[in-house]
Amino acid sequence: MTRIFALAAVSCALMATTALADGHCAAGKTMTEGKFTIATGNPAYYPWVMDDAPESGKGFEAAVAYAVAAEMGFAADDVIWVRSSFDEAIQPGAKNFDVNMQQYSITPERDEVVDFSTPYYSAPMAVLVSPGATDTPATLAALKALKWGGVGSTTAVSKLADIVQPDGDVLLYGDNADVNAAMSANQIDAALFDLPTALFLSAVMIEGSKVIGQFPADAGDDLDQFGMLFEEGNPLKTCVDDALAVMTDNGALAAIEAEWLQDTTGVPLIK
Amino acid sequence: MANDEAGGLSRRERYEKQQRRRSSLIAAASTLIVLVALVVLVPMAPGWEKVQKSFFNGAVLAKSFPKLLDAFKINLMIFAWSAPAIAVLGLLIALARDAKSPALFPLRIFGAAFTDVFRGVPVILTVYLIGFGIPGLGLPRPWNSPYIWGSLALILTYSAYVAEIFRAGIDSVHHSQRSAALSLGLSERQVMRDVILPQAVRNVVPSQMNMLIALQKDVSLLSFIGPVEIFRQAGVFKSLLANFTPYVGAAIIFLIVTIPATRYADYLMARQTRERR
Repeated sequence: MTRIFALAAVSCALMATTALADGHCAAGKTMTEGKFTIATGNPAYYPWVMDDAPESGKGFEAAVAYAVAAEMGFAADDVIWVRSSFDEAIQPGAKNFDVNMQQYSITPERDEVVDFSTPYYSAPMAVLVSPGATDTPATLAALKALKWGGVGSTTAVSKLADIVQPDGDVLLYGDNADVNAAMSANQIDAALFDLPTALFLSAVMIEGSKVIGQFPADAGDDLDQFGMLFEEGNPLKTCVDDALAVMTDNGALAAIEAEWLQDTTGVPLIK
Repeated sequence: MANDEAGGLSRRERYEKQQRRRSSLIAAASTLIVLVALVVLVPMAPGWEKVQKSFFNGAVLAKSFPKLLDAFKINLMIFAWSAPAIAVLGLLIALARDAKSPALFPLRIFGAAFTDVFRGVPVILTVYLIGFGIPGLGLPRPWNSPYIWGSLALILTYSAYVAEIFRAGIDSVHHSQRSAALSLGLSERQVMRDVILPQAVRNVVPSQMNMLIALQKDVSLLSFIGPVEIFRQAGVFKSLLANFTPYVGAAIIFLIVTIPATRYADYLMARQTRERR
């Protein structure tokens, strides 16, 4: 069955016309006929979107978005980008996007309110430590004793409570920039992020900080996987899922990952 | 006797009684109509079911409420140590602005500048600047705690408002009282402490109650710099459950505290008005 859908998707991808042919999977299912509207964060961060410019197709999520769009039969010109916050994505009522793509972790609770595509990335959690704590050994016992922080709107918060179980109170912030400020002010020693974000923050945003270890993606109760978000019941979901299935099978997704996400093998696993 | 009382009403009193009964009937009827309209019409809106699931979800509320209550303790804690500090600092600033001696002119300038700056800057900005900025200077733990510096930001901002209210209270005491006290041989200090301030503070108690209520809500702004108080805890639930109900839960907890406080402020205000008549 998937195979048939996949074939259909591939054949449609070959016809790079503005108007979608009848019988095409996405025909009549997008907000604007013939256009594919994708929402990203404001701002969108490296390495997911380079330079906050998703239109360039540069960055992991931007590249995946254009590849999925092509797989579904949309020309690059037919992809429209809008910006949205997490709250806008989950609020009831009409949405201003077909799909929303900003490192949304798929959880069963979220799935009750919105729909997710099949995962396009499995995110290991990684520990970013402040300049003053870079010689902390990558063991759970040593990590527990640190002063922890995190971004309040991410699944890292529950992961932190499940896996690390810090000794002290956790401080939570609104976004990455505030975690950065708290680290600079020496108010926290460590924070939990998905690995690519942690690597970016340590390399670019927080001088002297270091990613000292990663947890395997299946640590804790559930796997942390990113999916594209749809309004609940959006029929477009099957089209996107099919496109992603094709890209997983033919290696296109892995190739995009290798191109945009840093080599993560250098980060040791936490014992 | 009862007969006497009933019959004892004058025609005018009977008319007024009838009028009162009529207006309470109208009030009851119009309230009922509005209530019915809300209960019947709102759920008829096409998106109501989704809104209900997102904002008024019983299961989510039950799941998040105990933890929200727990987080609210942090709000109460920050409130408990900030409020007295605000009262003291606010009064000092008000006195500084009221300094009469020419030698103390710099103090007046300081008081004016303080209120101008901290009243003019949004609270959240002060919280960010002081909460991240001062610890960033390299203070050792635990002196760089966001609790300390975040509270200071609230204290500075609210002192500016509270000082202005105190100053209004001081101005509300008639000038003749000061002259009279001075003519009795009291010093400037004694006049302020024993004659003017007791009346001034009394006059502004209801207004200051409003500041307390506002402070109680603004404590949540500290969530921006780290402390997991009720607003942040609700936000964490919102993200994990993709549901806004935890915010409604937080609102309920706030209302449980602020409604009695507001009514008490109203009562104080009404009593004051009565006494002044």
